[in-house]
Formats: sequence, structure tokens, C-alpha cells
Amino acid sequence: MTVTDVLVCALGAVSLGAAIRVVTTNQIVRAGLWLVVALGALAGVYLVLTAELLAWVQVLIYVGAVVVLMLFAVMLTRAPIGRSDDLDRPRLPAILVGGGAGLGLAAVLADAYRWSYIGLSGVEPGNAEALGREVFTGWALPFEVLSVLLLAALVGAIAISRPEVGERREES
Amino acid sequence: MDGYLGSYATLGILLLVAGAFFAVAYTANRLLRTNAPSAAKSTTYECGLDPAGGDWAQAQIRYYVYAFLYALFAVESVFLFPWATVFDALGMITVAEMGVFVAVLALGLLYAWRKGVLSWTTA
Repeated sequence: MTVTDVLVCALGAVSLGAAIRVVTTNQIVRAGLWLVVALGALAGVYLVLTAELLAWVQVLIYVGAVVVLMLFAVMLTRAPIGRSDDLDRPRLPAILVGGGAGLGLAAVLADAYRWSYIGLSGVEPGNAEALGREVFTGWALPFEVLSVLLLAALVGAIAISRPEVGERREES
Repeated sequence: MDGYLGSYATLGILLLVAGAFFAVAYTANRLLRTNAPSAAKSTTYECGLDPAGGDWAQAQIRYYVYAFLYALFAVESVFLFPWATVFDALGMITVAEMGVFVAVLALGLLYAWRKGVLSWTTA
């Protein structure tokens, strides 16, 4: 076991434990905060695997923005917030889907790499420059499509959140 | 410790020290403080009056739209970091690529502005 192995296993265990708490806790805000732990530990895994930029993007976007967005959505729909006993949890389908997806991905990855060993010193760190070269040469079209996707999401969010869009303003 | 992981060892040690500081501070607090809980101490403080009625909260969808705008432009700015490191080497085509990306998202900002999402009070 190298340092990398130990760190990846420890962070993976933290991430998995936090993820289980996300789906088992009865308090939705705590589920959101456990999600921060799960995503943060995942960022740590990325960092150990030399994907530097990805790790910090994970912290910035997922921990910083997406979880905040989720907490706002929870505040909007379920405030005031406390223990929620009305959460429906279809346990069996959820276990089947989650376990199936996890096992399937694990099988695909294990089959792809078999027992090939890639040392930490042999890989180029996934820093901003390496990622930038990849994105702006080979993946330019998906990158541009992403901007359209983000635009569509923004327009959709505004259209849903503003009832007066498309009709005359009646109140206020 | 040197190499890639060694360069992050400082950060890891700092995180451990911060966690240990937190644990020590709270443990010391727990050991040293007096502890005499009562029902009156647990009630919500409301200017010395006994709180009346249930809890109440309001949230506006505008918070959500602002958070959504933040998430969107955080995604945009994240792509500026790798772009800033390579556009000098890869030439004008990369500048054009980023120009299109930012222009499409600027359309979204324009839409939000025109729909009056950006102003907090409806004028």
C-alpha cells in the first residue's frame, strides 16, 4: 500500500459513508450538508489522483454552488425546516439502481484496466494547462454545446421562477 | 515528502491541525464549562418575551434565481482558468472559441436583465 492507496481508500470511505447518510437522514438540510462532505471527499480523491484542476472545480462548483442551489430549493419548498417524516424512500428500487450502476461502472473500469499499474510519477498532473490543451483542441465542440446547455438551463429557470413572464403583470 | 503529493502535504497537515484545534477547543470547553440545562434556557430568545405561535420562515424564488445565476457563471469562470493558460500558445482560434462561449452565456445574462430578474425590487 502506497500513500496514494491509503489516501484514496480513506477518502473513498468518507465519501461513501457521507453519501449513505445523505439518503438515510430524515432532515433534508442535514442531507445537503452531508452531500458537502461526500463531494468534498471526492474532491480529495481527485486531488490525490493528480487531477488538481478537477478537484478545485469540484470544490468550487459542486460544494460551492450546486449544494447552495439545492439548499435554496429546500428552503423554498420545505421551509420551515425540521425533521421530515413524509419522505418516500423506495428502498429496494433505489438499492437496485444505485448498486447496479455502481457495480456496472466498477466492472467496466476493472475490465478496462485489468491489472495494469500506472505509477503516480508516470502521469502528467491534470492541471489547468493540460486540461486547457485538451478542451480547446480536441473537445471544442462539446465545450461550445455546453454554453448552449447552460443558456437553456438559465432561460428555463427564469421562465419557471417568474410567473409574469409571458403574461401581463397583474399583481404589484 | 516531495513530488506531487508532497506539495499538497502542507495543505493536508494544515487541515489536520485545523481539525485538531477544533476538537481540542470544543473538548476543553466541554470539560471546563458548567452544565445546568433547563427548559427555559432552550426556548427561543425573543426580546425577553415568551415566544408565541409556531416557527415561520419565508424564502423567495429570487434567492434561487440568484444562486442559479451564480452557479452558471461559476461554471463559465471555471473554464477561463484552463483557457488563460493555453490561449497564448494555441492562437486566435482558442480566443474565438472562448469568445463564442462567453457570448452565448452573455445572451443568458441579457435575457435575465431584460426579464428584470437582476433588480431586487420590481420597479
